[in-house]
Amino acid sequence: MKCSEFLQELTNYLDGVLDERTKSELEDHLAWCHNCYVVCDTTKKTIEIYRDSQLYELPEDLRTRLRSAIVSKCHQHKKTGPRSV
Amino acid sequence: MSTIQPRVGEPVSDELVLVQAAKRGDVAAFEELVRRYDRNVFRIAQHITQNREDAEDVVQDAFLKAFQNLEQFQGQSKFYTWLVRIAVNEALMKLRRRRPERTVSLDEEVKTEDDSLPREVADWSPNPEQQYSQAELRDILTRTIQGLPPGFRTVFVLRDVEGLSTEETAEALDLSIPAVKSRLLRARLQLRERLSRFFQRRESGDGNK
Repeated sequence: MKCSEFLQELTNYLDGVLDERTKSELEDHLAWCHNCYVVCDTTKKTIEIYRDSQLYELPEDLRTRLRSAIVSKCHQHKKTGPRSV
Repeated sequence: MSTIQPRVGEPVSDELVLVQAAKRGDVAAFEELVRRYDRNVFRIAQHITQNREDAEDVVQDAFLKAFQNLEQFQGQSKFYTWLVRIAVNEALMKLRRRRPERTVSLDEEVKTEDDSLPREVADWSPNPEQQYSQAELRDILTRTIQGLPPGFRTVFVLRDVEGLSTEETAEALDLSIPAVKSRLLRARLQLRERLSRFFQRRESGDGNK
């Protein structure tokens, strides 16, 4: 397997959706190709860091305000019909 | 090397009951759906619009539109996937309005494949995020993801941050499954490349082993 072929399968590999044969070919490649090993490992860390990050959390006061605005618009929509909201 | 585990669990089983009640005009049932997904919609909207006020508008507009159009939700997909589709469209509209001079589309293709080829292959520190304070880390992550084209950013956020499956992401964004996979790969590799600058192992030894 070439590095470019490894790269093409990287997302499928990290998502765990490869068949056993392709997976083992990839792992053979990883065993000897240090560069691909690093790319694979740091891509996985990239995903984990973003997944665990607290980017753009909705503050509780804003959350309450938005929810009550949504609820009041929904009530208004019910009362006045679809065209007037 | 182990694979990435999805963060989002199975949908809550009473969800369909809430949707049915909301369809009959039960606003309290709909409010419960808002409570379940407002944080997700806000995050997605912020990632796409990169603007807090726009994201607030998107949350309101997307939920209101969902309420108004609940009749059209047939239940073949999850309510959340349907809602995300509405929210993404609202967010893209905001983005277009704010930046009329730039093309904003999920369909844009970005140059060649070369932009995703790894150039930086230095290993990272064992716990790279611990090299920075929380505020610094948040700033690095925000600036880095904001540098991606909207089409890549959105796929990455839905798949890797919000935990939608490839199929759900394709459905929410009206993209083919191969298009989602190709964008996801390129988004992941581009983010990795950019984060390497901040997280790679330092030879001089500043507390990292």
